[in-house]
Amino acid sequence: MPRELDYRRVMKVLGSREKFAQGDVACAYGAILGGCDFFAGYPITPATEVAEAMAALLPRLGGAVMQMEDEIASLSAVIGAAWAGSRAFTATSGPGFSLMQEGIGYACMTETPCVIINVQRSGPSTGQPTEPAQGDMLQARWGTHGDHEIIALAPASVQECVDLTRLAFNLAEEYRNPVLVMTDGEVGHMREQIVLPAEDEIELVQRRPPTDEPGAYVPFRAEQGSVPEMATFGTGFHTYVTGLTHDERGLPATDDAEKHTKLVRRLVDKVRDDTERLTRVEVDNEKGAKVGIVSYGISARSAVGAVRIARGDGRKISHLRLISVFPFPERAVRDFASGLDRIIVPELNLGQICHVVREALEGEAAVELVSRIGGEIIPPEEIVRALVEGGEKV
Amino acid sequence: MFNQAKKIRDKYIREEMWPSIFCTGCGIGNILNYTLRAIDSIGLDIDRTVFCSGIGCSSRLPGYIEADGLHTTHGRAIAFATGVKVYRPELSVIVFTGDGDMAGIGGNHFIHAARRNVDMTVICINNYNYGMTGGQVSPTTPAEDFSTTTPYGNLEEPFDLCRLAIGAGAPFVARWTMGFPYETIAAVESAIQTKGFGFVEILAPCPTGYGKANELRDAPANWEWYKKNTITRIDLAQLSPDERAANRKIVIGTLWQEEKPEYVERWRKLVSRLQADDEPVPPT
Amino acid sequence: MKKEIRICGFGGQGIILAGVVLGEAATRAGHRAVQTQSYGPESRGGAARAEVVISSEPIDYPRVSRPDVVVALSQAGYDRFGHDVADDGIVLVDEALVEAEGVTSVPFTTTAEEVGRKIVSNIVMVGYLGALIEVIPHDVLESTVLANIPAGTEDLNRKAVTAGRDLWLNRAGGNDAS
Repeated sequence: MPRELDYRRVMKVLGSREKFAQGDVACAYGAILGGCDFFAGYPITPATEVAEAMAALLPRLGGAVMQMEDEIASLSAVIGAAWAGSRAFTATSGPGFSLMQEGIGYACMTETPCVIINVQRSGPSTGQPTEPAQGDMLQARWGTHGDHEIIALAPASVQECVDLTRLAFNLAEEYRNPVLVMTDGEVGHMREQIVLPAEDEIELVQRRPPTDEPGAYVPFRAEQGSVPEMATFGTGFHTYVTGLTHDERGLPATDDAEKHTKLVRRLVDKVRDDTERLTRVEVDNEKGAKVGIVSYGISARSAVGAVRIARGDGRKISHLRLISVFPFPERAVRDFASGLDRIIVPELNLGQICHVVREALEGEAAVELVSRIGGEIIPPEEIVRALVEGGEKV
Repeated sequence: MFNQAKKIRDKYIREEMWPSIFCTGCGIGNILNYTLRAIDSIGLDIDRTVFCSGIGCSSRLPGYIEADGLHTTHGRAIAFATGVKVYRPELSVIVFTGDGDMAGIGGNHFIHAARRNVDMTVICINNYNYGMTGGQVSPTTPAEDFSTTTPYGNLEEPFDLCRLAIGAGAPFVARWTMGFPYETIAAVESAIQTKGFGFVEILAPCPTGYGKANELRDAPANWEWYKKNTITRIDLAQLSPDERAANRKIVIGTLWQEEKPEYVERWRKLVSRLQADDEPVPPT
Repeated sequence: MKKEIRICGFGGQGIILAGVVLGEAATRAGHRAVQTQSYGPESRGGAARAEVVISSEPIDYPRVSRPDVVVALSQAGYDRFGHDVADDGIVLVDEALVEAEGVTSVPFTTTAEEVGRKIVSNIVMVGYLGALIEVIPHDVLESTVLANIPAGTEDLNRKAVTAGRDLWLNRAGGNDAS
């Protein structure tokens, strides 16, 4: 596993720092610059381009790329490679994301660092394969069974596909948790200018190796709310990894309610307690505004357009863009909403994050939804109309 | 034999996990024994060995071995193992799985890993049912047999796991019953030493589940059944063509052995070739 | 400065490549650009649409909202998109493929055939559009085309993009060629 990125070698393969690139391909660049050395995936519209880019680029850097027999196998191979020491990821869309839920839970329970990119498309089911949507957001949070936390980031530009995928790898290693990069078919397939980071802008955060010798090392021992050191397979530590409830030694402890509670609480708290630290939002406050927009992903582009138009018409409006969606930046959203009467949430679904916003605000402001499904992203004018006439009450 | 057993136990068993969960008359413990003897005999470096498993009684085996173990999700061990092996080719990867785990929910991963010919050893303990969940029918349960989900008899035909493995492309395929310790140990050794997907199916009793439903309630009854219903490949070859054609016994032995290109080797060759640097990057 | 271009037709006409080239060339010329597309799951046939927004300011909404230029390369594309254009915008159709009134008919396909192959009609169109919108120098456009076409077809594509530019410059009622 790379301690540091061999930047020269990587850039020799990636070429120029400035590119006019597609979101999916930008995710591949971000992964490689994030130290990725293993990818396993399965073709699915509109995420296939991630796999194709990785297949062309990663072997040149000595990494492995596999097209597995299905999405379940893809995430399984990623988790196996992660335990063998890899910074590994997969990329998929809705139907594949649904298949991966069991594996995501396994990665949570075993504290396996891994990254999953979901280039969301219109659902449910096969839906509109080539049309963008944001319909998997609550599934991202709760798709897998049982109590767990998830870290989810929402790129709103091709540049953010690079930057947030890079970040995802570091967060996965730091928290020993799956990290989701929730893009969509629009961001995934559109092309924009990107600038790949300079060498001094890159830092690879690594999982912490054992400080004790084999025999003394206790694989799943960690203070409450924190992350244990992680041994790599094949280095003599004899780590037993299981999805069963386990004790600090990693051995099954399914009969013990106290051990289960201690374990699962720690898994949850290690992410939840760090919500502030994990919060990434972009805030545009306008003094005197009584209405604000809370947006994320591609719909944030529509929101910025709406802010531009509204202010051009002399209307006051504030805007908060969620860059990290989970753990949900409750405090940042509440702070944003204080002083506002109404919050508009635009999303390419029939209402998902708007409910999370409403719950977080506890009545602090009224929440309204601007919703669109069917493939076209939300025209800014529609958000402006909701600003003036009111959106769908949540 | 007993001194050997203690030596093996001291050397390889994770003491904190002992005693095992296995029922009286279960064959899985025996197979743990044979596997450990096999790796001991060929001198496998236990620090460079990873045991993977899915879900089921057979899949509990990695927990008993003092080594890196990956106890994964139902049916997916072989896919996890693929990631481990491809990322760290120098590690030996051994998968413990069962008939339900591997050939039911895991069927797809099984045939693809065999097809790809990833270097790993898969030991499939076939006890003709889903034992851990109480004895439901599995893809290898013989037709007309009873189980908790086939109380009137199984309406389906079973897989022949070895034929499946051969058909999928595995370069080493063997089947024994747990009544053949030395042959099983030798088969596991060969599978580990095979450069590619080495598959060993071992028939083992489940007196609590399948056995109870089908008049095989203890170990001796099961061993008798194996004796009566299996025939070695070599013995089969001695029969006349008519007898061979009429044979309904399960064939055991080394059933397939060939040399063919292995996946990791091919990938490494590709990486070397690409380091030479003069090939254009395919367009992205 | 903002230019919004919408190109529509059916899959297989190289519409998306045209959009990509225009967007990329615009960035090489120092502007900001976003290129998007819509299409169905089929590889060939099916409606296809590419949009390019070129701007001197950061682009928020990435799609075309007020098209300055609409290019229709199929009757269905024209029927669906040909009537939505800015007041001072222009609607272009391929002379050989679309029947329409009150729009500018351009011989993209015919010119491509003259240049050598019908398949480069999208590159002819790119050359035409580049000259029309005036914000991308032709040499930048040409080098972008060459960076995006298969090796061995440079000559053909160079001719095509230049022929497209010349179509615009030499158009009836237009400026003299520069």
